[in-house]
Amino acid sequence: MANYMGKGIKRVEDPRFIQGQGKYVANLQIYGMTHAAIKRSPYPHAKINSIDTAEAEALEGVLAVFTGQDMIDGGVGPIPCGFTPPDIKLPPHYSLAVDKVRHVGDGVAVVVAETAYIAYDALDLIEVDYEPLEAIVDAKEAMADGAPQLHEETPNNLSFTWPIGNEEEVNNALAQCDHVVEVDLINQRLIPNAMEPRAAVAQWDGAMENLTLWTTSQNPHTIRLLMSAFTFGIPEHKLRVISPDVGGGFGSKIFHYAEELIVPFCARAIGRPVKWVATRSEAHLTDAHGRDHISRAKMGMTKDGEFQALHIETYANMGAYLSLFAPMIPTALYHTLMAGLYKTPLIYGITYGTMTNTTPVDAYRGAGRPEASYLLERVIDIASHDLGIDPIELRRKNFIQPDEFPYQTPVALIYDSGDYDGVFDEAVKIADYDKMRTEQSSAREEGRLVGVGVSGCIEASGAGPSAAVVGLGAAIGLYESGAIRVHPTGKITVLTGAHSHGQGHETSLAQIVGDELGVPIEDIEIVHGDTEKLPYGVGTYASRSMAVGGGALVMSAEKIRDKVTKIAAHQLEAAVEDMVYDRENGTIYVKGAPDKSKAFAEIAFAVTLANNLPEGMEPGLEETSYFDPPNFTFPNSAHICQVEIDKESGEVALQDYIAVDDVGNIINPLLVEGQIVGGVAQGVGQALWEHGAYDENGQLLSGSFMDYAMPRADGFPGIQVGRTITPSPSNPLGVKGAGEMGTIAGTVTVANAVMDALAPLGIRHIDLPLTAQKIKAAIDAANGGGD
Amino acid sequence: MNISVAVNGKSYTRDVEPRMLLVHFIRDVLGLTGTNIGCDTSQCGACTVHLDGMSIKSCTTLAVMVDGADITTIEGLAPKGNLHPMQKAFWEEHGLQCGYCTPGMIMASTKLVENNPNMSESEIRHGLEGNICRCTGYQNIVKAVQSASKEMAGGD
Amino acid sequence: MYPPKFDYHKANTVQEAISLVKESDGKFIAGGHSLIPAMNLRLADPGTLVDISRLNDMKGIGGGNGVISIGALTTHAMVAASEVLPDALTEAAGMIGDPQVRNRGTVGGNVAHADPASDLPTVLMALRASFHMTSESGERSASSDEFFIDLFETALGENDVLTSISLAEEGANTGSSYQKLFNPASRYAMVGAAAQVTIENGTITAAGVAVGGLTPKATRASSVEAALVGQPANDATIASAAAAVANDLDDEVMGDIHASADYRRMMAPVFVRRALETAVSRAS
Repeated sequence: MANYMGKGIKRVEDPRFIQGQGKYVANLQIYGMTHAAIKRSPYPHAKINSIDTAEAEALEGVLAVFTGQDMIDGGVGPIPCGFTPPDIKLPPHYSLAVDKVRHVGDGVAVVVAETAYIAYDALDLIEVDYEPLEAIVDAKEAMADGAPQLHEETPNNLSFTWPIGNEEEVNNALAQCDHVVEVDLINQRLIPNAMEPRAAVAQWDGAMENLTLWTTSQNPHTIRLLMSAFTFGIPEHKLRVISPDVGGGFGSKIFHYAEELIVPFCARAIGRPVKWVATRSEAHLTDAHGRDHISRAKMGMTKDGEFQALHIETYANMGAYLSLFAPMIPTALYHTLMAGLYKTPLIYGITYGTMTNTTPVDAYRGAGRPEASYLLERVIDIASHDLGIDPIELRRKNFIQPDEFPYQTPVALIYDSGDYDGVFDEAVKIADYDKMRTEQSSAREEGRLVGVGVSGCIEASGAGPSAAVVGLGAAIGLYESGAIRVHPTGKITVLTGAHSHGQGHETSLAQIVGDELGVPIEDIEIVHGDTEKLPYGVGTYASRSMAVGGGALVMSAEKIRDKVTKIAAHQLEAAVEDMVYDRENGTIYVKGAPDKSKAFAEIAFAVTLANNLPEGMEPGLEETSYFDPPNFTFPNSAHICQVEIDKESGEVALQDYIAVDDVGNIINPLLVEGQIVGGVAQGVGQALWEHGAYDENGQLLSGSFMDYAMPRADGFPGIQVGRTITPSPSNPLGVKGAGEMGTIAGTVTVANAVMDALAPLGIRHIDLPLTAQKIKAAIDAANGGGD
Repeated sequence: MNISVAVNGKSYTRDVEPRMLLVHFIRDVLGLTGTNIGCDTSQCGACTVHLDGMSIKSCTTLAVMVDGADITTIEGLAPKGNLHPMQKAFWEEHGLQCGYCTPGMIMASTKLVENNPNMSESEIRHGLEGNICRCTGYQNIVKAVQSASKEMAGGD
Repeated sequence: MYPPKFDYHKANTVQEAISLVKESDGKFIAGGHSLIPAMNLRLADPGTLVDISRLNDMKGIGGGNGVISIGALTTHAMVAASEVLPDALTEAAGMIGDPQVRNRGTVGGNVAHADPASDLPTVLMALRASFHMTSESGERSASSDEFFIDLFETALGENDVLTSISLAEEGANTGSSYQKLFNPASRYAMVGAAAQVTIENGTITAAGVAVGGLTPKATRASSVEAALVGQPANDATIASAAAAVANDLDDEVMGDIHASADYRRMMAPVFVRRALETAVSRAS
């Protein structure tokens, strides 16, 4: 048994999913349950003159209709923002709009009815008198004089400005450089689209004034805290938040959503359980979107390609309201990654966070880091074409070297460990890069548009040291909790503050505890996602669960081993120093006398009897720990891919994709590979297909899967995955986190390949997504203007 | 109106509104919540079930229209206590992460393989065009279908 | 995801269906794959639905004497699997939606809906299919040029049932193909091109070509057809004929976020050429 680390064990949670027994919020049935539906604005920007709910209330089967004013009158407060740079201006964000609606999909009223069908019928009977206002959707234009104003609190629609570095130094250096690459880039808006739409069920116990909320959240404790301290006014011990099986999050289920207030409000008001389940169209309008940056980058270098200075200006679209962590994404999680894998000595970046008549934007898989990697790695690729230096060679010239760690970048972070040449060596080998280039040359001679794309990305994961993140402006400490409860028979329940919504924690965390204690994973059950069962936990995002949540469990396991060892020593009448805890077999024996031993389960039972414990020791075998890591972790990667473009149609075929990642030590390679491949697919989706597109009037053009192009099975070749390992010194397991690197690297790798294919035509850059029509237009323009 | 259907081998007669979608009938009337809803435009395939031996999308079918039909959902794909080779393959090959698309994916895949036991990788990828997964990048789903094809052909 | 209320009637005969729709001012439903998604989004509110899906006479593919008849309730999957239908049609049916959609969606429902991005109207126009309708007053037929009138508009009167579609069997020296530029999200056609050619002694003696996805309704590429007939079946003919499709596209070409009108216009000759190349190779 034991020795689970590094093994690709199949997931212990899967039997319920493959048999249709997943416990998703939408599956919940409670006696007396009612159904809520939300009336949403069809206007991007409008004054609400009046809301007439009488006809809806009169419909048979309708129990109640509430508006935003009803919720304010009922004591429900606005949703706060949890990341506040010094100059931030905070517009209020009510769960149902009261004065104005500010994006299509902004909620204005809620209906509670006996069935969801009736609730939707009633929505059609609510009369809202809107006075349409002019709308603004572009992050940069929003700041212009005369632009429509969203909030009184944010003049010129500017919520915050976030600079880092010394601009004058950077400008001076740029002026001295042999070569400066300057490029305007758009990182387009994405819609996260976890396959499970968001849902909430609330049950109010009027006698005890207890509320239970089941919600599709990546972090139930955060939701409970926010509801208690800010939004719902319910004491924390009276509120139980449960996030059972959650069908994917990708960041979009971190935030405190309006429906987490609307549904409990309704349940309390009518005294019956209330369920709300988003439709996909509703998800498109109300799940926090991702990305949406307009940037200008300038990078200076010597003629040999040594990076000297980087200047970045970014307009980040926040949408109509500030979602929970929205300002953190294009700032602390963005500019701080602009050093990439490189020794660029001078970096200056500034972000303007602006309000527009669009759905709020927040963290989406990678959160700031894909935007940083896209910008940096595109700029470097352009430089490689400008200078005529192979893109891998150019990158290698500038790598931080293995002996330079820990490495202080000019943008605040201290990198933990890495061997970037090693990662690239492995990628070059798996891809057979030289052969790829040779084949590309012959393809080009035949007039075919074949491109090879390369990227080297880094992310700051395992968030993170609480002091650092709070120092940067976050209103949340980013440690994690982990408790191990040993039952009298030696079976174990593990309580983690991390939350699995696809990651497979029930397997990987069991592997950690199994190894730490020498207990078979069949004897271990992982419990997560319920504030009443768990110690306070932070939740799962930013690829943090193994690094931080795993770290907490290692700490608790150490405490368990320590206590078990003391008891064994006592019962075997040996000195504690002479005891050996055999983690392979889960036995504790006297050094040199393996027959003098106790099994783990024997000690567990002995603790329960408690008649023969060391002097002064308490009964019970349960330990809780909180791990607050000393630093972030820094996964890094070398990805290479090949594309061919259909010259006639502009369609891109992805032919080959190689992903080599250093995510530190690996607990379960099967799950890590799953994370990488799935992440790459999302990255490729951004490169080629996905776009949360608004028209200039603020209507969402990609309001359903009919218009939002999700990656499908036939869009991909087999993705080859390789790895190198430099353990992270920032946590006891040496892991770095694997959840986001695929996405971070996937987009820019494919973008670089497409631009490489088009390079012989003199095409320098096309903004994402690289759709057939954009590519075709660029080809025609390059060939002399088409028609 | 009254409809009678056999679901997973069991007969049910229920009074339903004409507008009730088959997926709501399966989930809310019969309480079989393994069949998930992932979209409203017949794109994502999370709601795939077998209707008279064919895979279909239960979000784009009215319950009243399938009166008299024989329906299989993920809960009835294999006899109780057993796993269908496709379920087993999804587990073995790590063909799922969040699990939400999985029932639909498995139901669609079993019919693909029954209709063509010798699909190429490309045929599998095209065959799954009506099922969206956001987690896996499809790679291990394709592997699972390949592996299940072998086992289903082997007849064990 | 929650359709509005409607009354529902199951029709046992075509005539019963017609009178039920007439009395109720309702709509027919067959596979429901155009209508139900619209109802799910509450973009359609038919009031009454008359279910014709049990009219088994209208299901299946048959015929004789060189004519094939496709019942309006035949599913896309059945068409895609047919060994007697022209390749262009089986190809196009296999590109509709996905396997689950093809198992439920019907040919009749598809063409009666006349979605401009749909595949079948384009192919059926190229193949010069006939559309057979039953109304209260009797039966009548329309050619494909007569049947498709405009965006979501056909020759079907409100109470008419499309019962079958017929077309000529593809002879030994005739070949056809359907080529499609997929909308990456919906999988509908941004550009669809269907072509059928007959070749005798190296000369194209008959041609049917149509394009869809670009215009409010499927458009016959008469200029392309004219440029083919009587010409040698070679690359030069194909190239110049395909280019002629520009003459068949009026200024009604549509655009969206995935493909602008200009782009679709540019792609029409490309996909027409591809369809012709394949059709010619199949005819030879």
